[in-house]
Amino acid sequence: MRNISSLLFSGGLAFLLLVLATQLPFGHTSMLLGNDILQAAPDEVGTGNIVAAVLLAYRGIDTLGELAILFTAAASVGLILGQRSNHSAKRDKTITESHFITSRASDLMMPLLIIVGFYIIFYGHLTPGGGFQGGVILAIAFFLPVLTRPGTTIDHGMITIIEGLAGAGFIMIGLWAMLYGKPFLQPFFDTFLGNGIFGSLWSAGTLPLLYLAVGLKVGAELAGLLVTISEAPAAEVERT
Amino acid sequence: MIWIVSFVVFIMLASALAVLLLPNLIAAVAASSVVSLSLAVLFALMKAPDVAMTEAAIGAGLSSLLLAMALRRLGLWQLDKEQESK
Repeated sequence: MRNISSLLFSGGLAFLLLVLATQLPFGHTSMLLGNDILQAAPDEVGTGNIVAAVLLAYRGIDTLGELAILFTAAASVGLILGQRSNHSAKRDKTITESHFITSRASDLMMPLLIIVGFYIIFYGHLTPGGGFQGGVILAIAFFLPVLTRPGTTIDHGMITIIEGLAGAGFIMIGLWAMLYGKPFLQPFFDTFLGNGIFGSLWSAGTLPLLYLAVGLKVGAELAGLLVTISEAPAAEVERT
Repeated sequence: MIWIVSFVVFIMLASALAVLLLPNLIAAVAASSVVSLSLAVLFALMKAPDVAMTEAAIGAGLSSLLLAMALRRLGLWQLDKEQESK
């Protein structure tokens, strides 16, 4: 009975979505704001990547809220899944050395991943990518050694310091804009930073700094979360 | 173009079915990662490279890592039946 009702429910949902999907013109925008942003963004914000302009200039406070949501989610997942226990000494004896190929591959991949992550963060205002994607790649890069060599750990204090500094930096850059009479979190160019040439790395004012703060915060948060979960002891299988 | 998209969609549907049907939980996590990866390919084909990068990094990389870690934490990390009986 429960299966039939869930089948009916999902079938009805699929029917409704299908009806909606057939009504929509695929690939044609129905938003008028998008065209305005596309035309105004290169002059107003000075980014080559319009998505970065929307994320950090037009919707900067949304990004701040997103960072807060990410922090809350990471903290709660770490709290639930990553309970520390005093069995770590017992666990150290059972560490198995990972395979030769795995450990060498991680050694080879880690610097490459760090370079790719920082590239994606620094060029976020010019090419597709940005703080969130680059931050995730950085987190995975720093988590790789922990994954392949079960003995190693990352310093939690360092992660917390980086995360706090990046989050404070994001808000400080936002307050810095207010010092020059601009709205909170608006990227600005008319100070000593200079405007830069459109399309060059040093352009778009403080927007790359904002993206760097976002990337470092996301990376530190996710790396800390992954390390916390991996340090938690594996549950003993008692039921089977 | 349409053939590439339908091929990718077919792979997505097949691996989504595999997530439901596979008895091995680690294989199910890997299959869900394949769903995210082919979704990233679809986004890249539809000229949304930003979303494609996010999907590849978070959906295929991070969330499957997180699922695998949760499996290990819950004690469900079993590679296969033979190894378990050893």
